[in-house]
Amino acid sequence: MLMEHGLRDDRLAQGLGFTQFLTPDGGLAKQLDGRMDDSLLLDMYRNMVIARQFDRKAVNLQRQGRLGTYAPFEGQEAAQIGSALAIAKDDWMFPTYRDHAATITRGQSMTTVLLYWAGRLEGGAGTKSLRILPPSVPIATHLLHAVGMAWATKLRKENVVTVGYFGDGASSEGDFHEALNFAGVYHLPIIFICQNNGYAISVPFSKQSASKTISQRASAYDIEGERVDGNDVLAVFDAVSRARERARAGGGPTLIEAVTFRYGAHTTADDPKRYRDQELATDWRAHRDPITRLKRFLEERQLWTEDFEADVMADATARIEQALDEFARYDAPNPLDMFEHVYAEMPWHLKEQAAELERAMEKDGMQP
Amino acid sequence: MSRNLNILQAISEAMDQKMEQDGRVVLLGEDIGTNGGVFRATDGLLEKFGEDRVFDTPLAESGIVGSAIGLALGGMIPVAEIQFLAFMYPALEQVLSHAARMRFRTRGEYSLPMVIRTPYGAGIRGPELHGESVEAFFVHTPGLKVVVPSTPYDAKGLLVSAIEDPDPVIFLEPTRTYRAFREEVPEALYRVPIGKAKVVQEGRDVSIFAWGSMLQLAISTARQLQVERGYSCEIVDLRSLAPLDRDTIVASVQKTGRALIVQEAHKTAGMASELISLLNDEALVYLKAPIKRVSGFDVPVPFFSVEDDFMPTQARVKQGIVDTMLF
Repeated sequence: MLMEHGLRDDRLAQGLGFTQFLTPDGGLAKQLDGRMDDSLLLDMYRNMVIARQFDRKAVNLQRQGRLGTYAPFEGQEAAQIGSALAIAKDDWMFPTYRDHAATITRGQSMTTVLLYWAGRLEGGAGTKSLRILPPSVPIATHLLHAVGMAWATKLRKENVVTVGYFGDGASSEGDFHEALNFAGVYHLPIIFICQNNGYAISVPFSKQSASKTISQRASAYDIEGERVDGNDVLAVFDAVSRARERARAGGGPTLIEAVTFRYGAHTTADDPKRYRDQELATDWRAHRDPITRLKRFLEERQLWTEDFEADVMADATARIEQALDEFARYDAPNPLDMFEHVYAEMPWHLKEQAAELERAMEKDGMQP
Repeated sequence: MSRNLNILQAISEAMDQKMEQDGRVVLLGEDIGTNGGVFRATDGLLEKFGEDRVFDTPLAESGIVGSAIGLALGGMIPVAEIQFLAFMYPALEQVLSHAARMRFRTRGEYSLPMVIRTPYGAGIRGPELHGESVEAFFVHTPGLKVVVPSTPYDAKGLLVSAIEDPDPVIFLEPTRTYRAFREEVPEALYRVPIGKAKVVQEGRDVSIFAWGSMLQLAISTARQLQVERGYSCEIVDLRSLAPLDRDTIVASVQKTGRALIVQEAHKTAGMASELISLLNDEALVYLKAPIKRVSGFDVPVPFFSVEDDFMPTQARVKQGIVDTMLF
């Protein structure tokens, strides 16, 4: 199990170039970079707690039948939030369907996320001004869109970076390799952020790939690669910050592998007991949890207090309640909306099909 | 001012003029730069516009289409070349799951102004998978526009429209006709609207619908039957398969009362099936005979020793017209 998972043994992790600032007990493995001041540390903590509360709420809403299938991320907060805080407002973010901690930290409304998982068409909107693309459901395909975006910003001489998120399973897809290859060839300002949580649904990384790590793939494309402790928010923040600076200075792409673990199921429709030793989740939660780890560190530095915790929890509750309230106040979906935005202008056949649906929606739908 | 150009030259000129006019237009694909494209459609464009506008990409079709999507998201207007239509198969996920859906997925927040050009169709003695006509894949997918020019004049005007279109356009170039004939093409930049069919030849007895390389076959067969039997055939070049120009199609059949569809694609569930269904909905009472279709067979496009037997031939088209006339 140790080898198969490739994550439980720190020495193994270290041997594979695992960058760490915070040890699991909250100590410092490496001196803090000057950029990580106290307010940032508190901000990291706040965002992680809020995201976790949101995630738990979303799972509950799914259980209540108010959301459809949902993809939880609990356990992966550090990888998502460390990276989201390391990029700027004008950078572009290409998330998957599991990266809500990253997108919410960046300013995406929780209501939009709820709408998305409630199967509402509106769930894919409202993100352009935030430079966040909607969640990508196909695996690894969006990494090429991120490449194209980075390419466009380079051609337009905009000094911004693009980040693309993905999981360990995505590293087996052809599009992952095509994306890294294009990014290398065109020397693009892009950061590929992998959250390696050890499993692609039921398939462990040892069966996913013969490579020991994902970050080592970088060398095949002659781009920068780094493996970080994905449960260490400081390590992730630092790696992404450095990658971003390098990209902005013309240093090209970086592949970052954040080694992490998701406690729950792949989605609410999945049962991990079938393929995963549940002790693993217990073990990760007990010994490596990203929030607990940062909390210990903050306590050590006398930054964490009961009052602060209460404030963070109140903030989480208020924000989630506000989102739920907005979500509940949404009008019933209008089926006719499905005909909108298929094309810039609605063609004749869609107009007629919309009219057909409209008739069907009235009483028995029959015309004389 | 106009010159005699073939389809390839007309296509090349459309890209050249749009690139000159709009700095957002960039070209990407395999072998399109230094080599000027395997058919030379992009010949000279790298030299003229430089390496920031014309990209010889790695050999990766999904990479080409996927990064073109990102380029379009980032404010460029990419014109991607896929070397042959069947080479698009590795990129189908990008085309179907993303290019076609980005506007819908984002409720119109993002638009993908992009063109994917590709030679298509048999009749060039190419190796396996160099002669496919699977336009129906794209026509079946909401969110895409599918355009097929059949003449040099239309090729230039339609490609200009495709580059200016806010939606992703699959631009299928009938390989067989690339250099087959020339036509007067204006030097100025002009547009042929997407979504409009063209009545190439007026007639009274039977409507023949064709696109791509099948248009020339329809024209030559109709000419023969005019001489041999005195049939007056109306020929309609669809030009745009999605969206379809229903009005022109239906009006033609309302006039003639008979219809024949000539498609190079496999018979089952192709564009012809859609046209028959459309005419069933819109023109049934005008029909004097069942609608006929002449098409490729439901077999993989074969190796070239029997390629000509796969494709609709003049004999088969002729038989189709005679059958519908004598029903």
